[in-house]
Amino acid sequence: MTDFPRTPPRYSATFTPAINAEIRRAAATGIYDIRGGGTKRHLPHFDDLLFLGASISRYPLEGYREKCATDVWLGTRFAKKPIHLDIPVTIAGMSFGALSGPAKEALGRGASAAGTSTTTGDGGMTEEERGHSRTLVYQYLPSRYGMNPDDLRRADAIEVVVGQGAKPGGGGMLLGQKISDRVAAMRNLPKGIDQRSACRHPDWTGPDDLEIKIMEIREITDWEKPIYVKVGGARPYYDTALAVKAGADVVVLDGMQGGTAATQDVFIEHVGMPILACIPLAVKALQDLGMHRKVQLIVSGGIRTGADVAKAMALGADAVAIGTAALIALGDNDPKWESEYQALGTTADAYDDWHEGRDPAGITTQDPELSKRFDPILGGRRLKNYLKVMTLEAQTIARACGKNHLHNLEPEDLCSLTIEAAAMAGVPLAGTNWIPGRNGGF
Amino acid sequence: MQTFDLGAEGLRALNSALHALKGQTNMTEWEVINPKGAHAIAAGVDAPVDITVRGSTGYYCAGMNKLATVRVKGSAGPGVAENMMSGTVIIDGDASQYAGATGRGGLLVIKGNASSRCGISMKGINIVVHGNIGHMSAFMAQSGNIVCLGDAGEALGDSLYEARLFVRGTVKSLGADCIEKEMRPEHYAIVEDLLRQGEADTKAKPEEFRRYGSARKLYTFNIDNASSY
Ligand SMILES: Cc1cc2nc3c(=O)[nH]c(=O)nc-3n(C[C@H](O)[C@H](O)[C@H](O)COP(=O)(O)O)c2cc1C
Repeated sequence: MTDFPRTPPRYSATFTPAINAEIRRAAATGIYDIRGGGTKRHLPHFDDLLFLGASISRYPLEGYREKCATDVWLGTRFAKKPIHLDIPVTIAGMSFGALSGPAKEALGRGASAAGTSTTTGDGGMTEEERGHSRTLVYQYLPSRYGMNPDDLRRADAIEVVVGQGAKPGGGGMLLGQKISDRVAAMRNLPKGIDQRSACRHPDWTGPDDLEIKIMEIREITDWEKPIYVKVGGARPYYDTALAVKAGADVVVLDGMQGGTAATQDVFIEHVGMPILACIPLAVKALQDLGMHRKVQLIVSGGIRTGADVAKAMALGADAVAIGTAALIALGDNDPKWESEYQALGTTADAYDDWHEGRDPAGITTQDPELSKRFDPILGGRRLKNYLKVMTLEAQTIARACGKNHLHNLEPEDLCSLTIEAAAMAGVPLAGTNWIPGRNGGF
Repeated sequence: MQTFDLGAEGLRALNSALHALKGQTNMTEWEVINPKGAHAIAAGVDAPVDITVRGSTGYYCAGMNKLATVRVKGSAGPGVAENMMSGTVIIDGDASQYAGATGRGGLLVIKGNASSRCGISMKGINIVVHGNIGHMSAFMAQSGNIVCLGDAGEALGDSLYEARLFVRGTVKSLGADCIEKEMRPEHYAIVEDLLRQGEADTKAKPEEFRRYGSARKLYTFNIDNASSY
């Protein structure tokens, strides 16, 4: 028999092994895939932007000698007691229930040591978190789990959650495995049942109602607290404008990369816009209303490094928020638990079944034994270190661009590596003055 | 009796005066005149005071109330007594949407009708409605009781958890996972007690009510129930 060259097996780019595996899984179980984390697909992101740095026309600041400030005021529009943070990297809202009590404590410790705020989440405020957070933002969510006027008053700011980047238009879910006695009691529900948090608020719909709702919260808290409005990256221009109209002090904008504790994979991967595309639209809305820097903008969704922080701020954000990165800093997905990840059918850095409550690192769980593995003091120290590094990195870049405050970074400090990023971020493609869709080409 | 002219002095002055009563135990009486449909009247009160509002109120009257008794001598706008913790709120007229939403405790009495989503997401509050309740009432209601002397609109108790719904009249339709349940002695006792507290014991008898509650089929996801979602 003649040995002809054979066609090697060729995978389809449409029916990839991963797609086929999901079809088989769906066929076998009859239920969609639920998971934690953010989008895993490739998206235009901050990596597609570069800083230009100083040159003859712009001179830099000296690394260790010349000051580059990092502080930020939030809530200066209406609140009697606006918040002042040392660094513009905040900790995003993550629910107690999704996270263990010690993990919430560690977030409070780390954030406070680094001079920034933490945020509660669906499920209410825990003592661990209030006690260990110098500045705590209290979320006001559709479920209203644990909501009460005393916690509203002992919060430092209130965040009305309209949506989340991972699932704009979606509600929450916390599966029965994670409903311990304590979680059940805080949420006023039977133990061990699946919880579906509503996707709409129970007592308001639309921007006119939101305005009245914000006014009510201000009345209850005697106009002391900054009120944030958090939206997922869906229609950032209009959502920002409407939040401002409704009386928000701060707009929190979460792009589609944003993490979640548990959501359908199809939702995480297919709904919402990348944060890169959202920021310029939100900034434009603020500028059009004459409110840029008066109503502060916090952005989130896939922020990992000081470079990401600097880029978000150069595009016009006042601060950023991190969720997933904070969990990784605490020790989530650490390769030191590899054998246990393997036993769960996954691997370190890919583990995302946070909803199942079996997290080997003891962070996204309510299991008392697993929780014990996590040391909140050590976790807090690691988070503080990480926040400090991000800040130093952002300062390094800002000084190189000649800026004595992170807020002075501007779009003119940036160029894009790809046409997509140029179009979305509104900064020219490197080596050109071309912003697709804006100025007609080079 | 303190009389507060809301039209002249404004909402902020009213609520800060009421908030300043926190911690006091004397049952003082307040009267609010000229409410003219203002929003957030007596929101966030945390003292055992008796507040009478002479007229109709806008959104979120008595929101997050603790301990106070608030009487509205008129009708109430959307979200009256939302997230109430304790105390009593009594509306002489009708209440708009979301009355008693997410309420955690205390008693809400509506002497007229309540609109849609009455008791939505309630978490322990008791609600007595002398008239009818609108569609989607008790949506995702977690705990507490609704006693409705009239009829209930469409999709009563949709996605209900453990709240108990007692309706004397007709129910247009039941929402997902809500079913009629047997009235047992303890349920007659609850209704009797709430009728008395809700100033309705001369209008109805416990035996006239039927009980609705959760079938608990949606408590854990099961693909065979997917069409109910
Ligand atoms: C474990 C986990 C729990 C979360 N819980 C909430 C929540 O309760 N409320 C909320 O508004 N967002 C929640 N989020 C979203 C975060 O607030 C934030 O928007 C997101 O994590 C930011 O994106 P990043 O993870 O890429 O930093 C959660 C995220 C994670 C990872």
